[in-house]
Amino acid sequence: MDMGVVELSRLQFALTAMYHFLFVPLTLGLSFLLVIMESIYVMTNRPIWRTITRFWATIFGVNFVLGVATGLTMEFEFGTNWAYYSHYVGDIFGAPLAIEGLMAFFLEATFIGLMFFGWEKLSKRGHLLVTFMVALGSNLSALWILVANGWMQNPVGAAFNPDTMRMEVTSFREVLFNPVAQAKFVHTVSAGYVTASVFVLGVSAILLLRGKWPAVARRSFAVASAFGLASALSVVVLGDESGYALTDNQKMKLAALEAMWETEPAPAGLTAFGIPSLAERRTHAEVKIPYVLGLIATRSLDKPVAGIFELVAVAETRVESGVQAYDALERLKVSPEDKAARGQFELHRRDLGYGLLLKRYVADPRKADPATIRKAAWDTVPNVPVMFWAFRAMAGIGFLQVAVFAAAFVLTALRRCQTRWILWTAVLIMPLPWIAAEAGWMLAELGRQPWAVEGVLPTFLGASSLTVAQLWTTIVGFTLLYGALAIVEVGLIIRTIKRGPYAHHEEPDAVTDDLRLAVAE
Amino acid sequence: MDLPLDYATLRIIWWALMGVLLIGFTLTDGFDLGVAALLPFVARDDRERRMVINTIGATWEGNQVWFILGGGAIFAAWPFVYAVSFSGFYLAMFAVLAALILRPVGFKYRSKRPDRRWRSAWDWALFIGGFVPALVFGVAVGNVLQGVPFRFDSDLRVAYEGSFLGLFTPFTLVCGLLSVAMVVTHGAAWLTIKAEHGAVRDRARVIGSIAALASLALFAVGYLFVAFAGLGFRLDGAVNMAGPSNPLRAVAVAAPGAWLANYQAHRWMVLAPVLGFVGAALAFVGIRRGREWPAFAGSSLSALGIISTVGLSMFPFILPSSLDPRSSLTVWNASSSHLTLFVMLLMTVVFLPLILAYTAFVYKVLWGRSSVAALSSNPDLY
Repeated sequence: MDMGVVELSRLQFALTAMYHFLFVPLTLGLSFLLVIMESIYVMTNRPIWRTITRFWATIFGVNFVLGVATGLTMEFEFGTNWAYYSHYVGDIFGAPLAIEGLMAFFLEATFIGLMFFGWEKLSKRGHLLVTFMVALGSNLSALWILVANGWMQNPVGAAFNPDTMRMEVTSFREVLFNPVAQAKFVHTVSAGYVTASVFVLGVSAILLLRGKWPAVARRSFAVASAFGLASALSVVVLGDESGYALTDNQKMKLAALEAMWETEPAPAGLTAFGIPSLAERRTHAEVKIPYVLGLIATRSLDKPVAGIFELVAVAETRVESGVQAYDALERLKVSPEDKAARGQFELHRRDLGYGLLLKRYVADPRKADPATIRKAAWDTVPNVPVMFWAFRAMAGIGFLQVAVFAAAFVLTALRRCQTRWILWTAVLIMPLPWIAAEAGWMLAELGRQPWAVEGVLPTFLGASSLTVAQLWTTIVGFTLLYGALAIVEVGLIIRTIKRGPYAHHEEPDAVTDDLRLAVAE
Repeated sequence: MDLPLDYATLRIIWWALMGVLLIGFTLTDGFDLGVAALLPFVARDDRERRMVINTIGATWEGNQVWFILGGGAIFAAWPFVYAVSFSGFYLAMFAVLAALILRPVGFKYRSKRPDRRWRSAWDWALFIGGFVPALVFGVAVGNVLQGVPFRFDSDLRVAYEGSFLGLFTPFTLVCGLLSVAMVVTHGAAWLTIKAEHGAVRDRARVIGSIAALASLALFAVGYLFVAFAGLGFRLDGAVNMAGPSNPLRAVAVAAPGAWLANYQAHRWMVLAPVLGFVGAALAFVGIRRGREWPAFAGSSLSALGIISTVGLSMFPFILPSSLDPRSSLTVWNASSSHLTLFVMLLMTVVFLPLILAYTAFVYKVLWGRSSVAALSSNPDLY
């Protein structure tokens, strides 16, 4: 493999995925906020709630189209840039993507037109149902994407088939009910609800601070503070960690984000602060909170939490076993009926991926010396300092959001939401949910390294056979296109907010047009 | 595990479903692409352009999902095809994606500002979003018919040895233009139904009838290439229709003219190309006379016939390799596992009828001609 191609493919995937996820959380959350606002309209029959719903729906629309547009790239990028990955796991991974289209995306995309254009053509309840379908569709979309992503983190319900040289599904039930996928889904959509709540809270605060459309802003602020409090609590309480005891890589991810080199005996303490050093393989200036890590990771006080050194030692034995699996597979390629080879393969099949890690250093893993095997085992450790700080950024923001929403909610309940400090706080925290979401994805995906699929396929083997020039062409292309669209989108959202809830589309001014033509002639 | 359908049958079903998705995409999103490609030419000023955009404004988004689902379904059911075609046509895929990314934003953002230059820029973005994908899809299909330069190593890793410019040959350009002519005909037929009577609709009819004639001519030229330019592959030796999906275990060879062999073996298949021609002729007459439903039925049947012709001519090949025919992907060696095909079929059987039902409902609610007059009375319109 050309490592330049691999690194650029990773860069492009990271750029396009992280860019895509700027728009997705707002879509996930705002769609349900629209349902709530429109439900109040249907129940109270007061026109102000219709105005509120339509104001936020306009902003939703501007954001939604970019989520859709950048989602197109994601659907095809596995094939364009990760062709071997697509072949190797498409039997399992392709299914949730296709089901997403069938079950979720059609629903969302078909009804969104009616949501915008059907106000006069449907009954009030009918339109509310349409808005709900859009919200349901976008959230179901997230479910299937996270089933797919969860499988990469914890590949259950599948086995390698030497006849087809790929992973094949053994149980769809296990893929669907993968505990990692379930935890990720709840955590991710909750994060989306928080993002949208922070957005609505912040924009309403700006309007209130400027004294503009207070009737709309006050009500929006109230809805956002209630929905935001519930979601901010859910995002913290139903965090992602529940799956961290499940697999070697998930354990490694936990050890890395804690920068925990040695196994932590029960009851394990959580590192609140520290300065991890990769070169020395230790963490300086640690400050620990007792018991907490054991509770989070193992839901108990009597189990130890494995550290990096211990997990690397496990990985080393798995690499050795993986070489046996690789050897058997090479023999099966030549003679598929070789019984001895098949027996050897069955014995070591779960470590085949570990054997493939060696391909980074030697073309034939069977020729690897013990030093190379040790190096491959250390490759299973993700980038510890990045993990450590990304986790702290994400978790810190998560707790801060709970505090802000609690304050906003209490003040709203006391009818004092115009208090200036809460308004200013609401404005200032606006970028935070996006930072937390991106940090969360870095944690999940960098933490999965060196694997594309945990224990099954190393990332560097998954890339397409492309050239560096091709990759630079598309990276520059996407950056220019996405950059321009980001500027346009932010401009349009600001414009929509400034024009407020009572604006309609404008006609181009016919008089100035005629003048301009006259001048041109 | 015992599944109620055997592997070979499921493979044929999924081959057919791939065709259904492709045809679904062409029949629905095809007219969106066509209308977008027609936009700068049939509508001259801002009001006319808004009127045209609003003929598809509320429904194009659902139509586009046929394309996304097509990608997902090929990934799930034909992972080899997904991996080989998208990585092989790398830069062409990027061009399609970039063009398609302009489309959602174009529809939504164009009307957000009254500035003339702003709107004109988005008009051309929409044109690119319609024209480029149609052209590239056609060129891609042409390349598939010719055979694509790829090979597998023993790990089944694919290496592609063609170039971006190499995608464009006289034959593939004919296919690309045929694809453009098809969607433009379809788009024009859609405008005869959805646009108000007047200048825009008349211009669409003129361009549409030319495009229908071009479809007829290009389809005929395509046939000549297939018959006389040495295209075609065939399988050699015993074929295990239920064997493992491993392209290296069957033997295919290049066989000039072999794309016509299926029609000799199965006479009924001639129906597909006949439908392609008859449909285009019907579309021509319908569009020219301003008869909406014959026009739309004609362009639909024509697309159905032309796409089916490609699939049936190549069966059982899906993606033949010109470099190493042994690596060719066929219905028998490129699919997902038996279980995945079965589960995905269940999903499709449950959800596809639902999708068709609520799509029909949405079209019914939004039915009616788009008009310039409505633009000033309805603030929701683009």
